[in-house]
Amino acid sequence: MAEIKSNAASVEFRGVTKIYGRSKVPAVNDISLHIEAGKLVTLLGPSGCGKTTTLRMIAGLEMATSGQILIGGADVTRLPATDRDVSMVFQSYALFPHMTVDENVRYGLRFSGFPKKEVIERARAGLELVGLSGYGDRLPSQLSGGQQQRVAVARALVLEPQVLLFDEPLSNLDAKLRRHVREEIRDIQQKLGLTVVYVTHDQEEALAVSDRIIVMNNAVIAQDGTPRDLYDAPANAFVADFIGEANIFPCTIESIENGVASVRLGALTISLPGRGGSTPGPAKLAVRPGRIVLHPAGAADTLPGTIQKATYVGSHLEFMIETEFGEAFVTAPDVDAPFKAGQTVGLGFPPRGPVLIGN
Amino acid sequence: MSVTKRTPSLHPTLVLWATVGLVGYCLLPWYGLRDNFFTFSWLLDGWPLKGSVAPALFLVLQGEKLWLAPIGILLLVPFFLWGRKKTDPLFGSLLIAVGVVGLAWFLLQGFGIGLRGFSWEWLKAIFGDLKIRQFGMGWGAVLVGTALLFLLTLGLAARGAVGGDEFVVGSIGFVIATVGLFIFMPILQMLASALVTQDGDYSLSVFFQKLFSDRLWGIGCLTGGPRCGVAWNSLFLAVLVGVITTLLGLVFALMVTRTGFRYGAVLRALTVLPIITPPFVIGLAIILLFGLSGFFTQAFAELFGVQPTRWVYGLPGLLIAQTLAFTPIAFLVMIGVVEGVSPSMEEAAQTLRANRWQTFVTVSLPLMRPGLANAFLLGFIESMADFGNPLVLGGNFDVLSTEIFFAIVGAQYDQAQAAILALVLLFFTLGAFYAQRFWLGKKSYTTVSGKGDAGVHPHLPPAFRNTVYGVAGFWTIFTLIIYVTIFYASFVKLWGVDFTLTVDHYVKAFAVSWNEFGLHWRGSAWSSFWTTMEIALISAPLTAGIGLITAYLLVRQDFAGKQAFEFGTMLSFAIPGTVIGVSYVIAFNVPPIELTGTGIILVLSFIFRNMPVGVRAGVASMSQIDRSLDESSLTLGANSWQTFRKVILPLLRPAILAALVYSFVRAMTAISAVIFLVSAQYDMSTSYIVGRVENNEYGIAIAYSAVLIAVMLAVIGIMQLIVGSRDIGRRREDGNLSQSRTNVDLPGRGQPALTGGG
Repeated sequence: MAEIKSNAASVEFRGVTKIYGRSKVPAVNDISLHIEAGKLVTLLGPSGCGKTTTLRMIAGLEMATSGQILIGGADVTRLPATDRDVSMVFQSYALFPHMTVDENVRYGLRFSGFPKKEVIERARAGLELVGLSGYGDRLPSQLSGGQQQRVAVARALVLEPQVLLFDEPLSNLDAKLRRHVREEIRDIQQKLGLTVVYVTHDQEEALAVSDRIIVMNNAVIAQDGTPRDLYDAPANAFVADFIGEANIFPCTIESIENGVASVRLGALTISLPGRGGSTPGPAKLAVRPGRIVLHPAGAADTLPGTIQKATYVGSHLEFMIETEFGEAFVTAPDVDAPFKAGQTVGLGFPPRGPVLIGN
Repeated sequence: MSVTKRTPSLHPTLVLWATVGLVGYCLLPWYGLRDNFFTFSWLLDGWPLKGSVAPALFLVLQGEKLWLAPIGILLLVPFFLWGRKKTDPLFGSLLIAVGVVGLAWFLLQGFGIGLRGFSWEWLKAIFGDLKIRQFGMGWGAVLVGTALLFLLTLGLAARGAVGGDEFVVGSIGFVIATVGLFIFMPILQMLASALVTQDGDYSLSVFFQKLFSDRLWGIGCLTGGPRCGVAWNSLFLAVLVGVITTLLGLVFALMVTRTGFRYGAVLRALTVLPIITPPFVIGLAIILLFGLSGFFTQAFAELFGVQPTRWVYGLPGLLIAQTLAFTPIAFLVMIGVVEGVSPSMEEAAQTLRANRWQTFVTVSLPLMRPGLANAFLLGFIESMADFGNPLVLGGNFDVLSTEIFFAIVGAQYDQAQAAILALVLLFFTLGAFYAQRFWLGKKSYTTVSGKGDAGVHPHLPPAFRNTVYGVAGFWTIFTLIIYVTIFYASFVKLWGVDFTLTVDHYVKAFAVSWNEFGLHWRGSAWSSFWTTMEIALISAPLTAGIGLITAYLLVRQDFAGKQAFEFGTMLSFAIPGTVIGVSYVIAFNVPPIELTGTGIILVLSFIFRNMPVGVRAGVASMSQIDRSLDESSLTLGANSWQTFRKVILPLLRPAILAALVYSFVRAMTAISAVIFLVSAQYDMSTSYIVGRVENNEYGIAIAYSAVLIAVMLAVIGIMQLIVGSRDIGRRREDGNLSQSRTNVDLPGRGQPALTGGG
């Protein structure tokens, strides 16, 4: 009885740059990263940031213009896709429409030199793993979107690749199915201990499935860290704004002592953990909408503001509040809170709320 | 997991090509044979020692043709790479060196040493006169040349060209080599021979004198003289035909899409007829109807008591015949474009208070511009290249294509004159090609996106619609009369004189009887008929193959010089068949490639004349297959050849069918290039028919044409059945696979956009 195992290996980029054709602007600019074996790492970023190019360079579908790519410690920079031990699940699934589900899953096995019996055995095990036993004789067009997606995963898994790549695998599924499938992917990854690199532009999806997230912007890595790191301690305004929503306020660092910074925000003074690189002088503060607490106007340690708009969205209330630093976006979990448009309020910043960020 | 693949000590592709090269060098006759190679009679004819059938190795060992020795040594060099991997820098470099040096030497000796020893003066100056001569290359040389080419591409791939993919680099090399050899080289040789005078000298003044002669450019007809220059005649006719066919094509397309006309399918079926009709058959029918003893001429003369005239010979007849022949092509181009205009654009215009007529003029028509330009270009080129109609209908109205023919087969036999005329013809068609691109510019006319478009096309304003119906109705009736005439005339004893029904013509052409040797093809047409079938059946798959490979490279691969590559492969579309014919005669009449009089030259001319059709069909349907399918196949461990074979080809089945049928039909009906290339042994149906027409044996000519039309209808039907039925088994229950969305069915909309000249 064949079982799908894992041959997880690490992936490493050393100063990799990719420039397409005669374009002057690099699609990926001198990035270095290291992905440990058996981890699920997400490449996250807006469209055109270079995340898909990075993924395709791991697959060998694009060749790096300069730099080095290592998989499992071996240099694969010049190796074409055919010769790399990497499989990929495509956004469109790319199931061969003229082959049945079985033929699709067996396709890669046939070219890997397995004896025929093992090909059949492994394909069966692969389909079983994704819960599609008995669907082997169907054509891809006879399956639902979610089922096609699982066939694509099975087809990639049965090769027991060193690295499994996902290129926005959920973008063709409806919202409910998306949550379900992403949990399945995460389960299989953890069960088999696969190295998975996952590309998405959906930050919620990234936060939910990843061991680590690499946020990319403008062809470079903006931040690399665990989901919690990224959400709670974004390194810069881009990450703060891209992952969840954030209010960015200009502030001044007055002093730093024992790693605690004393920060002035208008008339307020807040103490926060200082971060590497912060020095006294002008700086920026990022605050999540849910981490601002509304108080009645004039309450102690609050920033004064006027509510421009209050919106009831079911699970919580959303406010646009005019302050001396521009508009702030605030959410309040208490839907019965007594705040209305036009009212003046005080914005309170509890500990672990605001975060100092670089420019 | 990766199963360790057995790594042989020598790269398998290298072994393959080195072996092919050695087989060619050591076993097969180096020079071209007088008989067909595949009869293998050469094995009994003194092989391997006798000079005319000896392989290169035996020639060299006997001390003859010693210049072939270096090639043999070069073919052994790759075996020094034993045990080296493809990634080893030496591997690639050595193969590149072998390939470049080998091919250079191969071509140098081929072109340098010909029938009279050294072909070039400077070689004689250095080495003195060479007493030995050599003939055209044979199969041995072909294998060696191929092997050297692929060793070179393997070397380039090993050095990392196009992502290091052997199959892709090899295909690119192959296409470039064949297109260079069979399109560019003949055209260049023709250019060169345009400079040669009758005495064999090079002379620019004679060249210019011929180029600007009155015969070509005279404007006598404007000032009351008898005739204008041939070039003006051709240009005038081509522009007229281009404009009229485009307008008619538009009328039909509008009728099918925007008038609620319910018999669009019938109309589309009708458009198949001219494609399977040899172009001059329409001309014949025109003669039967309007010629001196034509049906309508006689009727008119009797009714009004006037002398019947030869009015139809010349411009009027040509215009009618070519318009009838080429309108369906314009229709096929236009219907694609007219349907492609997104209904939502027109609906948007209507909601912005434009009425139907304003919508049509301001939105629909401008969006159809690429179609109009394409249809005009096709009509123009077709008319320029048309050879059959001017030959039978031209009268005193001389055009370039027939003039070229008479320059080369006539009493004057003036190759340079033919080359100069061909140059003028080429200048016009390439000019039109560029003018079209210039006119379309870089504007985008694509309106239909991948998203579903729920709107419907607005109908035409009623007055306009009635005009459209009127024109279309008249045309349809006229076409039907033409075909009925062809059918009827084939059973008539002597048209215009004796209308008694008879099957004599068929008997004379297609009689079959039994004699002591079995079945005897007694009819006079059988020989050319079977030759035509054979040549068409051989060239169709080859055309489709090279076309689809080229399409794959264009759509799926990126490499330096891709634009030049695309231009080169599409160029033969703008080269009229007449020009191809002349250039082949000039280029392949002497060693190293000596092909005139063989069937191979016919096959080659068909492949490279019809290649753009295969390319277009392939490009059209390959663009509809998502690229991620190839990529996923690659990441699953298949190499690009396996991907092409297992994923792309199966999805391209409609395109393959279209390319196959089309190149088959074109090979059966072509005349313009063929007329220069046929020989007594390899006569083709079309040139046989034209010969009968010239002898005034209209009956046989028409009977033969009717048979050809019937045969081609049958072939198209059978091919559609074979390819179609296999599909059904697989895809009975699904309607939305990518391949079923391709529009390359027959008679599809996109592909016959390329027809070239009959």
